[in-house]
Amino acid sequence: MSTLHTVNKSPFEKTSLDVCLSHAGAGASVLLLEDGVYGATKGTAVETRVKQALDSVKLFVLGPDLKARGLSEDRVIEGISVVDYAGFVDLAAENDKVQAWL
Amino acid sequence: MKFAIQVNEGPYQHQASDSAYFFTKAALEKGHEVFRVFFYHDGVNNSSRLTTPPQDDRNIVNRWAELAEQHDLDMVVCVAAAQRRGVVDEGEMQRNGKDATNIHPRFRISGLGQLVEAAIQSDRLVVFGD
Repeated sequence: MSTLHTVNKSPFEKTSLDVCLSHAGAGASVLLLEDGVYGATKGTAVETRVKQALDSVKLFVLGPDLKARGLSEDRVIEGISVVDYAGFVDLAAENDKVQAWL
Repeated sequence: MKFAIQVNEGPYQHQASDSAYFFTKAALEKGHEVFRVFFYHDGVNNSSRLTTPPQDDRNIVNRWAELAEQHDLDMVVCVAAAQRRGVVDEGEMQRNGKDATNIHPRFRISGLGQLVEAAIQSDRLVVFGD
């Protein structure tokens, strides 16, 4: 049983990313979208927490939402994959369920 | 694969309606089926045909309606959430003694049972909100 978790809030606004990463089981996938994409960028106060999570979960970030915020893909932490909406659909299909951390 | 989509946020509020729209469009383009899009809470405001955004802005209501037209999507608005927010169809107008309707004809008002059914009938329920 694998789950896709979606986080749409900035980690500097809400704690949903931290709570999600603490909850997500090994092998789960986590997609950062909307303001959640800030959690995928290098050099922030949550970078260490996010890198640590990469040991047990797969992390993804929605490319169009990075672009909408003026963030280029080279700002993304290594190990996090950039996907588009089609990739989001694939993730939702590949996992058994989708949990939105609203 | 069969998807059900839930939208909990109004148009132009933040980004949930946009995200839900682009996800739904991408799923349909990949050949998946979208069993139903259910609009709940402030999401019911996505169905007002009276919205008039500036011409150079995206028209969120019409965009949903066009996608529904192209793919014969079932777009359901929660009745209790709609009543609270003044989203009205012909039936609700008569039942509640109102003098107008404002729902776009591509949407229909129904109950939460439609969300439960969509969750049961679909392989995945994907929720968008604030």
